[in-house]
Amino acid sequence: MGIKISKVYRPMAAFAVLALALSACGGGNGGGGDGGGAASQNLDSRGPITYVQGKDNSEVIRPLVDKWNAAHPDEQVTFKEQSDKADQQHDDLVQRFQAKNGDYDVASVDVVWTAEFAAKGWLQPLKDTMAVDTTGFLPATVAAATYKDTLYAAPQTSDGGILYYRKDLVPTPPKTWEEMMGMCSIAKEKGIDCYAGQLAQYEGLTVNVAEAINTAGGTIVDKDGKATVDAPEARAGLNNLVQAYKDGNIPKQAVTYQEEQGRASFQDGKLMFLRNWPYVYNLAKTDGASKVKDTFGIAPLPGKDGPGSSSLGGHSLAISVDSKNKATAKDFVSFMISEETQKFYATQGSLAPVLESLYSDAALVEKLPYLPVLLTSIQNAVPRPVTPFYPAVTLAIQQNSFAAINGSKSVDQAMTDMQAAISAAGAK
Amino acid sequence: MSTSTANVQAHTAAAKSVARRRESWANTRTYISAAVIVVWCLLPFYWMIVTAFRDVGYTFDSTPFFTHVTWDNFKTAFSAEMGNHLDKALMNSLFISGVTTVVALLFGVFAAYALARLKFRGKFMVLGVVLGASMFPGVAIVTPLFQLFGNIGWIGSYQALIIPNISFVLPLTVYTLTSFFREMPWELEEAARIDGCTQGQAFRKIIMPLAAPAVFTTAILAFIASWNEYLIASILSNDATQTVTVAIARFAGSEPHQEPYTAVMAAGTVVTIPLVILVLIFQRKIVAGLTAGAVK
Amino acid sequence: MSIQLESGADPGRKIARKGSENKEVGQDRKEKTQGRAAALLVAPSLLVLAIVILYPVLNAIYMSFQQDEGLDPVTGSFVAGGFAGFANYIHWLFQQCETPTGAASCPPGTLGAQFWSATGVTFFFTVVTVFFETILGFWMAVIMARTFRGRSVLRAAVLVPWAIPTAVTAKLWFFIFAFDGIANTLFNTEILWTGSQGPAQAAIIIADVWKTTPFMALLILAGLQMIPAEVYEAAKVDGASAWQRFRLITLPLVKPALMVAILFRVLDALRMYDLPAIMTGGANGTTTLSILVVNQIRVGFNSAAALSTITFLIIFIVAFIFVRFLGANAVESASGGEKRKNK
Repeated sequence: MGIKISKVYRPMAAFAVLALALSACGGGNGGGGDGGGAASQNLDSRGPITYVQGKDNSEVIRPLVDKWNAAHPDEQVTFKEQSDKADQQHDDLVQRFQAKNGDYDVASVDVVWTAEFAAKGWLQPLKDTMAVDTTGFLPATVAAATYKDTLYAAPQTSDGGILYYRKDLVPTPPKTWEEMMGMCSIAKEKGIDCYAGQLAQYEGLTVNVAEAINTAGGTIVDKDGKATVDAPEARAGLNNLVQAYKDGNIPKQAVTYQEEQGRASFQDGKLMFLRNWPYVYNLAKTDGASKVKDTFGIAPLPGKDGPGSSSLGGHSLAISVDSKNKATAKDFVSFMISEETQKFYATQGSLAPVLESLYSDAALVEKLPYLPVLLTSIQNAVPRPVTPFYPAVTLAIQQNSFAAINGSKSVDQAMTDMQAAISAAGAK
Repeated sequence: MSTSTANVQAHTAAAKSVARRRESWANTRTYISAAVIVVWCLLPFYWMIVTAFRDVGYTFDSTPFFTHVTWDNFKTAFSAEMGNHLDKALMNSLFISGVTTVVALLFGVFAAYALARLKFRGKFMVLGVVLGASMFPGVAIVTPLFQLFGNIGWIGSYQALIIPNISFVLPLTVYTLTSFFREMPWELEEAARIDGCTQGQAFRKIIMPLAAPAVFTTAILAFIASWNEYLIASILSNDATQTVTVAIARFAGSEPHQEPYTAVMAAGTVVTIPLVILVLIFQRKIVAGLTAGAVK
Repeated sequence: MSIQLESGADPGRKIARKGSENKEVGQDRKEKTQGRAAALLVAPSLLVLAIVILYPVLNAIYMSFQQDEGLDPVTGSFVAGGFAGFANYIHWLFQQCETPTGAASCPPGTLGAQFWSATGVTFFFTVVTVFFETILGFWMAVIMARTFRGRSVLRAAVLVPWAIPTAVTAKLWFFIFAFDGIANTLFNTEILWTGSQGPAQAAIIIADVWKTTPFMALLILAGLQMIPAEVYEAAKVDGASAWQRFRLITLPLVKPALMVAILFRVLDALRMYDLPAIMTGGANGTTTLSILVVNQIRVGFNSAAALSTITFLIIFIVAFIFVRFLGANAVESASGGEKRKNK
């Protein structure tokens, strides 16, 4: 019987060999990043286009698209919603762009993807006739959308980290990391946890570690994408987190926290300081379960001697290099980043504007009281590493810093490994 | 039968009562086991329902019974304004999984019949290739398929979702059916043929009823596997053809970064219950099949 | 086996009575005719598999011998990498990375450094989950096969875990195993379920066993239901103990179904992706081969194709060993059918 069974496998092996032979004639996937040809085509053509972005959380995009369509009957925009998950949005965009069929004309891309997509040659450079107006935009948002000195996407919305604190326990928020650590004794007295951010091993950890490193004066990659983490300042930055975790100033469960778990703990009154995005503000005020509705305040992230360096979040609008109707696409992008539209993002969807002047707009500030604090945060923000190898770089940061935080690796070793891993990502 | 009846009659009354006591103890044990299984299977599901009915403002409350009860999450799950077209997605999933199951079973029965019953060269090749289809990481199939279907304009079409689904459930279908067909009393088929049935008639009238438990079990497995498929559907469907798994993955909180746990759990509850009902109907068929097979 | 034939002979006889005469059927139909019929019967299945599986697999094998796009430092654009030979395979199998100073062992934090650990994790998950699923599944099937009031409740309940879409299940368990989640609340513990290796692996195993045991149970149940009740009664009358009945009747008769169930569970478990991806994102020693493939696809396609091919080969070898040495029987069954016919 055994012999018979092995017969299944012999043809399969033969089959595999045949497959190898055959596939040599098959088409490969066209690599190649240069979009030179496509980038100069269809610049003046107009017609229907497709706009794609992640889930439209709070009814922001659909009304805008309706408004556009009412005014442009011959240049209708079809709105395509992706999943709510950043990874899945990324993979979906890669699929479509790779197919080079112009399925998606305009896409909302996360700030950390711009360099990768630009280097692959999938994005239309926004220069010459395709240039969009970014005057008055927060510099960090424009920097994050720029690759090799060319703007590849128009900043759409922004996001930065802010510090939530308990003003009933701490009347004045800490300005520096050390000051904050000093205040942890207050939390201890009250029997609650002191500080938490997003330290589970996922993209949020990169955000938090990058903030720690940048705040301490370090950098992750330089302008040419070379790794720079194996340096004293960067080490000091990571060490702040590692030490705080060791001391218990960061509770042990913080290594399982993503945004939502930290928010839950803070709202439950079990955490004194929380690093999180502006979205927490509204929810902590309104959630039924929130015990801190009237007792929390917000401040810029604590830094070395002034405000800390936030990691930059948010999205930009990119035009596909294979779009058939680029003139329409460009107009639509301009419409989507106009001052009026940005106000709508803020009031309707609590999405932070990229236009600096809006942060002091009285009507907006009344609705979103965190705007001034967020402005400080974004003014001091550093984009996460702008590199076409972002997926590999973020992995190198996450795995090594997580090992340092949970104590399975020394900070020095973690930084040496991180440096090597980021370098390897660029070399491959 | 008569022998065993005689034997039973031969037992003394005392032996009978021992047997009865033993039987009632066995019954009790069955009930205890059944209870343990039900609790193990349903406890997490219970928690899912509790969460589904909980006010979104109390998402992280871990009180183990119903508190802050609301229908809002179900409304959210079906809300057209929020772009959560769960009702449409349910119909799509039913259609796609239904067609997949029927076609896969039909093809599977053909292939399994040939493999279990006929003599032909290359049988091992066929079995090997069929099994090989279950060996490649699913994620690695998506991109080439996207390119292939993109070239013929199938992206977003039902067939682009159904054909991959069929191929994912075929290996299991073919193997299960083949292994069950082998156990069939094929002599009966021969007998029927001797009585003038064609081979097809004999198969339909004699073998299929006997194979019903296997066929319906396979149908259930295929249907659920296809119902749960996410990877292919997420890339190859469009708004009109998206399945429940894709629709649920697209749920979002009212604020960026906010996880829509409660709405996801509500949707999970909604999509699970019709499946269980469907399966119960199938299972009744299994029992009916057994009776029709006249194993006695 | 003989009992089964006797018991099943009844309907056959009924039909026999209907027939007026015994027709001679050609005992030795030509193998050729059968071959043609067989080709027609298996063709639809093979055709579908060819479209969906064959093309992608061939494509992946071709790509695995191409280099990933590299960055042109001057323009900052990616350029095609060209023919790679076995470089991608060497990269994974020997965990060798290109670094600015030449080829070296991949540093921690790169995907290349994780191949063997991911293989280990995958096998660990497979062995443990399939083991528990088989034991529990058998137990569930045996209970489900009994006749008692409320059996339909049991059958419905057993199906629930499997009917919930995996993505929802993973979310559910992620939620259950959160630090302030229901698991820690119920058991009054403070375990970092997703924050350290042991608990993270345990959490995934629990979730997987919970979810997929019904699959096992259903297949085994179908096998059990094919065993005629008379067999058991006859054995009882002959004085066989419960254990003897299980070992001598249940196990051998249910073995075909059981082996198919285990084989497919093994193949699925070796490709496990959803649960660890959603529950831990692959952190804390839960990166499986499929997670590694997904992460690599985001970094470089051709290298990912090589990894997929390696994964395919690993699963191929496991399946081979399984079929060859443990006698997973689907193949044997094919010849078994013939044997009986030719008898």
